[in-house]
Amino acid sequence: MRKEYFKTIKGIENKMLEMALKSEESIEKAMNSLINRNLPLAEKVIDDDIIINNMEIQIEMSVVKLLTLENPVARDFRRVSSVFKIITDLERIGDLAVNIAKISIEIGEEDFIKPLIDLPRMYEIVREMLSKSLKAFVENDVALATKVAEKDDTVDDLHLQINEELLQMIADDSKIMDQAMKLMFISRYLERIADHVTNICERIIYIETNRVSKHEF
Amino acid sequence: MKTEAIVFDVKKLNLWYGENHALKDIEFKIMKNEITAIIGPSGCGKSTFVKTLNRMTDNVSIARTEGEVLYHGRNIFDEKLRVEELRTKVGMVFQKPNPFPKSIFENVVYGPRIHGIKDKKVLMEIAERSLKHAALWDEVKDRLNDNAYGLSGGQQQRLCIARCLAVEPEVILMDEPTSALDPIATNKIEDLIEDLKKDYTIVIVTHSMQQAARISDKTAFFLMGDLIEVDSTDVIFTNPRDQKTEDYITGRFG
Repeated sequence: MRKEYFKTIKGIENKMLEMALKSEESIEKAMNSLINRNLPLAEKVIDDDIIINNMEIQIEMSVVKLLTLENPVARDFRRVSSVFKIITDLERIGDLAVNIAKISIEIGEEDFIKPLIDLPRMYEIVREMLSKSLKAFVENDVALATKVAEKDDTVDDLHLQINEELLQMIADDSKIMDQAMKLMFISRYLERIADHVTNICERIIYIETNRVSKHEF
Repeated sequence: MKTEAIVFDVKKLNLWYGENHALKDIEFKIMKNEITAIIGPSGCGKSTFVKTLNRMTDNVSIARTEGEVLYHGRNIFDEKLRVEELRTKVGMVFQKPNPFPKSIFENVVYGPRIHGIKDKKVLMEIAERSLKHAALWDEVKDRLNDNAYGLSGGQQQRLCIARCLAVEPEVILMDEPTSALDPIATNKIEDLIEDLKKDYTIVIVTHSMQQAARISDKTAFFLMGDLIEVDSTDVIFTNPRDQKTEDYITGRFG
């Protein structure tokens, strides 16, 4: 038995999950900051981004070392190479949370042009997608990963709906243009996060089936 | 699958060493101009299997076989088949280089001489062609009369390959041919094996999983006398069908 080797793979996976939780936390804080007008929370998201970035580098180095020294094959290789790809998605999710936090700060003390209903709804879906994708990774659950990836369509639909609504509001009253555009961006960022979660799900399917299901969702 | 592409068709091969059932109902096709790697833990039957292909197991008095090994459709256990003829067509290279205590030249032309070739010019041509084919010519062409024992381990192993090539075999069996060599000599032999594939069919037993992955077209996994799985090498190392294969190649065994 290659005890140290198995321990190293487990360690790399745990680090990745830690990074995922940190990214999840950033989205949560960024959206909370927006919804509850909590600006210090947004600052925290921006400050913490470096932690996520550093985690990515650290995990990347560990994976490179393992690939070079231990030559993993078969399922081990699929797991480790998937971590290698998933951390890029997680890092991007962290960046998107920062983008949301920045917009939250820009809106500042302004009143919202409309009560926020659809964006929080969209966020709830995206957050659930992310946490379920991690559950699917831990439990090697292809069915769950597939279900989560399919949810991406719902997020895309919501994104379109929010955009149309805000564009209509701009058409009716051009004075709200500035904030309406910002809210459209937030919708866009959430939609992008869902895309990254979908990538993660595709990797989980690859680990379990050796099939790259990219661009199927 | 074209029949002429099948070099060996192994059918229900069983082998016993006394009471010990070393090969169990092996079914296996070895294809022309392919490199087939045989992997498995010590004592799994992989060397025994390879040695059966040119009846080296005949030399073990307690060995007993059942089933068929068809070499181009002809059963090699057929009493009318001359084993010398089989071994001319199916050569073997061993784990440790085993040159004869003779000159480099005499080592290479040993086989052709036994086959009755006496013409010095012909023998020289065979030596040059075989040594070139074994990627050793440039290193030894100026000292063909030197004793083979003066060569390095890697050179000795290539000399043994040249000696094997000199009788123009079709198949080369290799039993861990690089396990006694350093990484540079190993690379040379591996490059050579790749080159030889054009003209020969190669079956190689190896303990190095990475070597099997690097050089072979097909990989067969043996375990306790059973052939667990044989498939194209990339399938074996990316997504084997059998859990036992996966456990072995990822180091989860024992």
